[in-house]
Amino acid sequence: MAAAIDFRDVVVLLGRFPALAGATANVCEGEVVLLRGPNGVGKTTFLRTCAGLNAITSGSAEVLGHDLTADRNNVRRHVGLLGHRTHLYDELTVGDNVRFWASTLGIAESDAMAAADRVGLTGRLLDVEVQRLSAGQRRRTALAVVVARRPRLWLLDEPHAGLDHEGRDNLDELLRQAADAGATIVFASHELDRAESVADRVLEFSGGRIERDDP
Amino acid sequence: MVSATKPEMPVSPRTSARMATSSVGTTVLGWLAFVSLVATAVLGLVVSPRDVVTGDAVRFLYLHVPVIWVAYGAFISCAIASALFLWKGKSRADRGRHLDRVAGASAEVGVVFTALALITGAMWGRITWGVYWQWDARLTMTAMMFVSFLGYLALRRLPTEPSVRSKRAAIAALVSSVNLPLVHFSVDWWRTLHQEASLSVDEAEITGNMYSVLLFSSVAFVLTGIWLVAHRYRVIRLEEIRDDEGLELAIAARRAEAGVD
Amino acid sequence: MIRDALLIARKDLLIEWRSRVTINQVAPLGLLILIVFAFAFDANRNLLTKGAPGLVWVGVLFAGVLTVQRSFTIESADGITDALRLSSISPVAMFLGKAAAVGLQLFVLEIVLVGGAVVFFDSRIGDPVLLIAAAVTGTGGFSAIGCIYGAMSLGVRVRETLLPLLLIPVVAPILLAGTRAFERALDISTQAGWNWVGLLGVMWGVYLAVGTLAFGPLLEDG
Repeated sequence: MAAAIDFRDVVVLLGRFPALAGATANVCEGEVVLLRGPNGVGKTTFLRTCAGLNAITSGSAEVLGHDLTADRNNVRRHVGLLGHRTHLYDELTVGDNVRFWASTLGIAESDAMAAADRVGLTGRLLDVEVQRLSAGQRRRTALAVVVARRPRLWLLDEPHAGLDHEGRDNLDELLRQAADAGATIVFASHELDRAESVADRVLEFSGGRIERDDP
Repeated sequence: MVSATKPEMPVSPRTSARMATSSVGTTVLGWLAFVSLVATAVLGLVVSPRDVVTGDAVRFLYLHVPVIWVAYGAFISCAIASALFLWKGKSRADRGRHLDRVAGASAEVGVVFTALALITGAMWGRITWGVYWQWDARLTMTAMMFVSFLGYLALRRLPTEPSVRSKRAAIAALVSSVNLPLVHFSVDWWRTLHQEASLSVDEAEITGNMYSVLLFSSVAFVLTGIWLVAHRYRVIRLEEIRDDEGLELAIAARRAEAGVD
Repeated sequence: MIRDALLIARKDLLIEWRSRVTINQVAPLGLLILIVFAFAFDANRNLLTKGAPGLVWVGVLFAGVLTVQRSFTIESADGITDALRLSSISPVAMFLGKAAAVGLQLFVLEIVLVGGAVVFFDSRIGDPVLLIAAAVTGTGGFSAIGCIYGAMSLGVRVRETLLPLLLIPVVAPILLAGTRAFERALDISTQAGWNWVGLLGVMWGVYLAVGTLAFGPLLEDG
């Protein structure tokens, strides 16, 4: 199978701090991979690097066939990144935000609204300004934007955090559907029981590198 | 002033060569600059005659004019290095670090010399025109250049990633450079109170002897400027080497974290 | 690309409409600057009338710095710069969109400030066409160059102090040309005003070209 992510000895600096210190990882297309490890071992940086957001200091990195050391731009429209930060304009409503981000990618408004509906954002909630949302609703809005993108590669940083029980079930269901449709999913989580039931494989992070690769 | 002191700590011969900020070339250059500056002082203060119109004030000329030339030269060098950095930096083996250092070192020297030029100019102006400041195009542009490049240096000092910082600084330097003619033109249009560019006007008053002193002192200040830029360049490079060595340690330390648990 | 630029501009204006920071905070501040000048000049009406064009442009300058600041604060919150990089909007469209939104807000601000000059400084609008032309070209140039420096200060912690230091020396010629043109339009001088509008137009063009080239590299980190 084609490789969705192919990292060899990747070093990524955040300022002067080597957040990734020689990470080697391989993820095939269609796989669902869990990133595991305590805080500060490089999981978030790994996800952001896959999205083409971090400059690579040394090593080789290919994501969805794009060489990130040469050009980090082309891969970006094919990934969906859900980070700790939700990438939402506080002053705009949920609906405005979803519509705006969808239209920045040329996604039809009906598809965007369907995605919002899919994560449980319906009715009057769409007209609420994002700054009045609870943390969980905020995450859902961010998730709706990712769903609307229909990415080939999902990069999710602790997607379960802040969601209620129902929301987590809903998310897991969503991930399964996406994986069935052929998308690759890489996510970091501390909800190990839940996450391991979804994941095909686990990458264990430690000290800015991938320590173990458990099937 | 030109010390060829070797670092005290024990280092291998290969690294010691790149650890010092002086080389044979710049040592010679430094002495030349120093001697010519002393000679300029003697020529300007003792040998050169008083001017018929401006009296002893004319001696400011030997300081003020060369200093502003060095300042302009330094900013031009900064702008060219910045342009090359943006244009060619990515394809070069050193990712344009060399050009970035040239730009930074030039701008620093340029700011210092502009400050000197503004101070000496104000003193000279007070004596010859009776005011410290004239709102003419050249003065206003120089003041704006001074402030712009202060901002440029502030931008260079920001604690961001080196590559990001270099790129933003290079763009800022270029935008400022593109803008300076606009400043000059608009102020020129607004009001031109006093004389044209100094040499052409003062030529009438400056006679043979003074002219050669001015020329000599220009050489002295240009040498000093180049010497300063070369040393600043090397200090910046040493700082980068220190940071890079710190980086190797940081990566090793980061990997060692893995062994802890 | 035009569509994307409009999308960005529409979003910025929608945020302004919802939060009303420019109209409720920056515009009153601009008026306050005019009033403070009146205090400083001991309410000498003659002097104030004469100086009104310059004072209006000083107000525009400071209010403009704040507007640019605000425009880029929006984009640096909550990791939004990342999301913009992940979108397929070109940096050029982003630059044009943001500059258009800033320009529109500043234009409204200028109307408020000129109104303030009429009320407080007894200014008389002799040539409204020239006034509007100078305001439009001056504002256009200011917002273009402002957005370049706004992008330059993205993600910088000391933005509040750095942005004015970088921006104000660069916009000095706009202040100068705008003031000369306003002097003619407000019947204070009899010198030609349209030359200055021409100069403002040239600067607008130069800054648009620079921004079009520079915005992409500025948004990209590394």
